[in-house]
Amino acid sequence: MNRMHRMSGLSAAMLATTMVLAACGAGGRDDDDDGGGDGGSTVGVTDDTITVGAHFPLTGVAAPGYSEIPTGAQAYFDFVNAAGGVHGRTIDYVVKDDAYNPTNTSKVTNELVLKDEIFAMVGGLGTPTHSAVVDFLNEEGVPDLFVSSGSLQWGDAVDDRPVTFGWQPDYEIEGKIIGQYVAENMPDAKVGLFLQDDDFGADAEKGVRQFLDEQVVEVQRYTSGNTDVGPQISALQASGADLVLAFTTPSHTALSQLVSLKLGFKPQWYVSNVGSDPDLVGSLLTRFSEGDVEGSSGSLDGVLTTQYIPGVDAPDNPWVQLWQKVWDEYGEDGPLTNYRIYGMSHAYAFVQALQAAGEDLTREGLVEAVEGFAEDAPGPQLAPYRYSADSHLGISGLQVVRIEKGVGEPLTPVLTSDIGDTEITEDTSGQADDAPPESGIPE
Amino acid sequence: MRGRARRWASVTLVRHLTVAVLGVVAVTFVLTAVSDFRAIQLTEMAYLGTAAAGLTVLTGLNGQISLGHGALMALGAYTTALLLPDREASTPLLLVVLLAVLVTVAAGVVVGVAAARLHGPYLAGATLALAVAVPGIALHFESRLGGEQGLPVAPPEVPGWALDAGYFLTGEDPTRTKFIAYVAWLTLIVTFLLLANLSRSRVGRRWRAVRDDEVAAELAGIDLARARVSAFVVSAAAAGAGGAMLALAVRLAAPGSFTLVLSLTLLTAVVLGGLGSLTGALLGAGLLTFLPQVVTDVGTDAGLSDIQAAQLSPLVYGVVMVVVVLLAPRGLMGTVHDLVVRRRRPAPPPPPDSPHPPSRAGAVSTTTKGTTP
Repeated sequence: MNRMHRMSGLSAAMLATTMVLAACGAGGRDDDDDGGGDGGSTVGVTDDTITVGAHFPLTGVAAPGYSEIPTGAQAYFDFVNAAGGVHGRTIDYVVKDDAYNPTNTSKVTNELVLKDEIFAMVGGLGTPTHSAVVDFLNEEGVPDLFVSSGSLQWGDAVDDRPVTFGWQPDYEIEGKIIGQYVAENMPDAKVGLFLQDDDFGADAEKGVRQFLDEQVVEVQRYTSGNTDVGPQISALQASGADLVLAFTTPSHTALSQLVSLKLGFKPQWYVSNVGSDPDLVGSLLTRFSEGDVEGSSGSLDGVLTTQYIPGVDAPDNPWVQLWQKVWDEYGEDGPLTNYRIYGMSHAYAFVQALQAAGEDLTREGLVEAVEGFAEDAPGPQLAPYRYSADSHLGISGLQVVRIEKGVGEPLTPVLTSDIGDTEITEDTSGQADDAPPESGIPE
Repeated sequence: MRGRARRWASVTLVRHLTVAVLGVVAVTFVLTAVSDFRAIQLTEMAYLGTAAAGLTVLTGLNGQISLGHGALMALGAYTTALLLPDREASTPLLLVVLLAVLVTVAAGVVVGVAAARLHGPYLAGATLALAVAVPGIALHFESRLGGEQGLPVAPPEVPGWALDAGYFLTGEDPTRTKFIAYVAWLTLIVTFLLLANLSRSRVGRRWRAVRDDEVAAELAGIDLARARVSAFVVSAAAAGAGGAMLALAVRLAAPGSFTLVLSLTLLTAVVLGGLGSLTGALLGAGLLTFLPQVVTDVGTDAGLSDIQAAQLSPLVYGVVMVVVVLLAPRGLMGTVHDLVVRRRRPAPPPPPDSPHPPSRAGAVSTTTKGTTP
């Protein structure tokens, strides 16, 4: 009896709940599509503002150096805003900290897209971090411009990721260009590879092996969370390598240099442009060795690297002069650094895209504008962009340099290429010799 | 009529079910009302809460400590990622979650057997090793588990019936984000229901007995090792479910998501909320979800730069933790419970298991009671 009461009571409760829910429901579905067939998405755009966002490691292990990038971009946007903005709209730049953790990247990107309602993502940093959000951004149709990473995935699959664009030269062409340089100039070198264990290392290895497959005697990889690179460097030393190509972030460049010092391993080093900033690596050397090593901008002297935009070591370059002026007027405390220049450079490219997209700004229009970038569009990059409807890969080339007294001395002219077996050629576009417009703002 | 109602209320299962149904209704109302962004935050609160509930049962009711629950969440998340590699994968979501829980349970048995032999700092050390080692597995088997970049998770399309139900209730199709939020909260409610029942059952009483006095428990015929292992396994299962939800919400299973910090975050949620209290675990999870963002926003509004605002949140997090431990050492729910008990003191104390009306949500008051010394 009791049991029956219980049952009936429960079902009465269920029934009541259902009825309450039904009463507040909207009933059946009307099958009419909302006819939103107008010009495109203008989320984040008002008559006088454009809101854009980015994720960067502002705290945590990856923060040194990288956290300076958004300060540079912010300074350039402030400079543009002070001059009246783009087509009468000022740029509101929202930066979120992801601490280089993909879970956080996913969180802050949700926040940027759904809460702050950004028009576009500009310069989100990192391969593992940005890959956590790239599909989400494409599903939502949020233009994802100038990812701060050289992974191929931002630009080589336009069908899958129609709104994502790379910016810096991808790691594969960097690998190809240094590979060819070594094959031509050091044909007897025994080459060791020291790679970050993600797309960074993998894409670079693909490029290097096109030219050096025979010469590579050892490959060692590290994961970015692990700060002990002793075993890898010992293995490189044991293999007899006399030239090590390192595709490392600044922290791991410094760590590998310290371990090599300890082991007395003295090969010729090549360090990817990602991890070869002399000032930052120098200060990291001091910090990691707790003062045992006197790190300075000269710590990487003799090391080979590549460059694709002019940096602080070229104060006479007209672009660097523009950056210096912008930084002095609108920057925060602290000197102009290569990371700040990097931030300003992609901010410049973004303003360029906004100008090209015209007054009736839509997300679709912005994507088309970048795909249609003129090949000779002026900009700080040393080689032209590759943007088209089929490729969203960025800058097409770089220059091999040797660091002397903290300054990159060119060893080759600017060399350009593309992914796959595209030949490497000398750049003839004159991109490296152009200067910014008088106003400092792209036209 | 009143007599019958009271008798009903005394049946634990009925009371827990009522609260669960109320919970479902409340969650439905809240989730239909909020924006997609809030729904995502609530999803985060749900998966942290689910895993923290498992940990609070382990630590609060059985007296074992685990610094490795983040790693158990990783197992659930990676299982989910392997089962949902792309949109075309047709593994039903329910099956995915069950398998994720199953894999974690298997790991829970192994770890639990080892843990049952250890105490205090040794147990903390062993589970700490788990938290450090598991992300390493993903790095070692890079080709299969995606290495540093992790495995992408393709959350399934919203099934037709859910679309219809959502439309019926709110007049618009639920987005995939909202759907995942519903799934996460349903998982939380089911987990809480099961844990609340378990802790009120004979099993739960054994766990407490082992926690309070091993010798007495053994004399009473309780198999210490078995009680410990079972507590660990149940706790692991909850962590696995939480991990599966994390993977669905974040759309990624990567080692960076399951660092030691996650394990410590769970422990923090449990300590903040009050050991052994399911409501406390939920409260702690909510605090950890919303606090960083609120603090960062306040910092930005106060004119701090992005970097300074980002650095503010770990600071406030630490301060809150210190303040709670200083002022409310038994956690937020523990303090609430103490206040309620103190207010009632003038009245004659009720017999130990008499059905007094729950002071808070019913499912939970039963477990908070368990922690009262």
